[in-house]
Amino acid sequence: MTVAARPVSSARLPGLAVLLVVASALVMGLLVLLPLFVVFRDAFDKGLGKYLAAITDPDAISAVKLTLLVAGIAVPLNAAFGVAAAWCIAKFEFRGKSALLTLIDLPFSMSPVVSGLVWVLLFGAQGWFGTWLIDHDVKIIFATTGLVLATILVTFPFVARELIPLMQDQGSDEEAAALTLGAGGFTTFFRITLPNIRWALLYGVLLCNARAMGEFGAVSVVSGHIRGLTTTLPLHVEVLYNDYDFVGAFAAASLLASLGLVTLVLKTGLEWRHSGELAANRRH
Amino acid sequence: MTDQAILPPASAGLAAASRPRRSPWVEHSILPGFGVSLGITLTYLGAIVVLPLIALAVRPWELGLSGVWHALAAPRVAAALRLSFGLSALAALLNAPLGILLAWTLTRYEFRGRRILDALVDLPFALPTAVAGIALTAIYAPTGPLGALAAKVGIKTAYSPLGIFIALVFIGLPFVVRSLQPVLQDLDREVEEAATTLGANALQRAVRVILPTLAPSLISGVSLAFARAVGEYGSVVFIAGNLPGKTEIAPLLIVIKLEQYDYAGAAAVGLAMVAISFGSLVAINALQLRFARRGKA
Repeated sequence: MTVAARPVSSARLPGLAVLLVVASALVMGLLVLLPLFVVFRDAFDKGLGKYLAAITDPDAISAVKLTLLVAGIAVPLNAAFGVAAAWCIAKFEFRGKSALLTLIDLPFSMSPVVSGLVWVLLFGAQGWFGTWLIDHDVKIIFATTGLVLATILVTFPFVARELIPLMQDQGSDEEAAALTLGAGGFTTFFRITLPNIRWALLYGVLLCNARAMGEFGAVSVVSGHIRGLTTTLPLHVEVLYNDYDFVGAFAAASLLASLGLVTLVLKTGLEWRHSGELAANRRH
Repeated sequence: MTDQAILPPASAGLAAASRPRRSPWVEHSILPGFGVSLGITLTYLGAIVVLPLIALAVRPWELGLSGVWHALAAPRVAAALRLSFGLSALAALLNAPLGILLAWTLTRYEFRGRRILDALVDLPFALPTAVAGIALTAIYAPTGPLGALAAKVGIKTAYSPLGIFIALVFIGLPFVVRSLQPVLQDLDREVEEAATTLGANALQRAVRVILPTLAPSLISGVSLAFARAVGEYGSVVFIAGNLPGKTEIAPLLIVIKLEQYDYAGAAAVGLAMVAISFGSLVAINALQLRFARRGKA
């Protein structure tokens, strides 16, 4: 390995530099990379045939479908909310803005389990609306609706947090110019604002989707773990693991790990190519 | 009405058209859509965040004040809360030196694979928690590669508090690295060079020049890691062993209470977690403010 201090670096001791780089690689390798490696190693532990059988199992396929369905509802809703919230927060001055920002950030600091618990408190059998729901034969907890609600709450801030700082930086001069020249509100939004924020929007949607598909704690509380009906892919991993079906569990986990890797590659690509148009790199 | 009658008709029309909307709540803007976007935001926020949180804040008190106290002071609950907050604090503290090491290496040295290593720092964010959970368990179980190694010297990793600690270090690491990186990148090297010229050695530079500059963002990174660790469920629950009073974390206790239909008890634990987390974040913020002020002085 060749290690060189960057031209302007203050490190005058090449020996120290090598030592620190090796130590960093060791920490990353043992703590962060080893788990990823183990997922794939254990998934293929009993060969390719067993792996393919595990991921084409009917329960696994219905788990994948449910995961796609839940993310397919939660992510567009949070993206639309993120754009609306960013529009009113970044483009207008009004009272109570900082309180609004705090509320939007709040789900990030809640335990995923609490994000599931709150829906049970509302819609569970003994929840506030529980009796009404039973009388009207509506199922939310232990059903897809509950999974969607829990996922929405957990992934709530992703898109909004990405867009707000960027749109605040960009200001509203371009939109004002378009409006003055006679463009309508919708034209201005679709021709001016959206092109300006598209990469940040994509970045936010990417992170939101990864979390939505991989969420475990919140959906575990509202799911009831009914096989083939309310088990998303992460819950399917848990069910198989607790049944000592390790190949099945790690095979399903390898799908989720791949989703994480693809997300990481796309995210890094966006950061390298469009860093100027992403708020994430300018924050802190 | 009388005022307008005095003005010539043309300018009266102009004045009416360009008259700013006077509201004490919102400044006038030429852009449209304030009402609609704020309406959507408030409705969605109300339904998804505020209403559920009201339920969390209200439900525990069904038990009455003494009931809530008994629910939280029960040995099993108190032990779980102690374990969750204690181990989260320890893990966040270990994340500090590890985070400094990684952030320093990634910003200060040029080496092959640096950008890949940099991208991989986010892996604990990107890997779904249940996946991380079973993978860490496989590694640190007595039969796993590192677990077997530790077992040889008589240390139990998985299914012990140490296993929980390892999982919490894993998920907290990116917070510290990502908080420190921008500061290290912007750190004025002339200051370090000045210190060198004045005769400071490497250790003195690190402790007296670099560390004080890093302190505010280090504290914020550590507190983010701590907050995440306290609520963490998926990556911990598999490796924990979940023995009541010994290796049972607070979020798991909520799940167990819900399974027993003890909604108020579950809400009490949830509310206590939110309250303690919030309290520690306020305390950390105060600490950070002191450091930031000292840095400026």
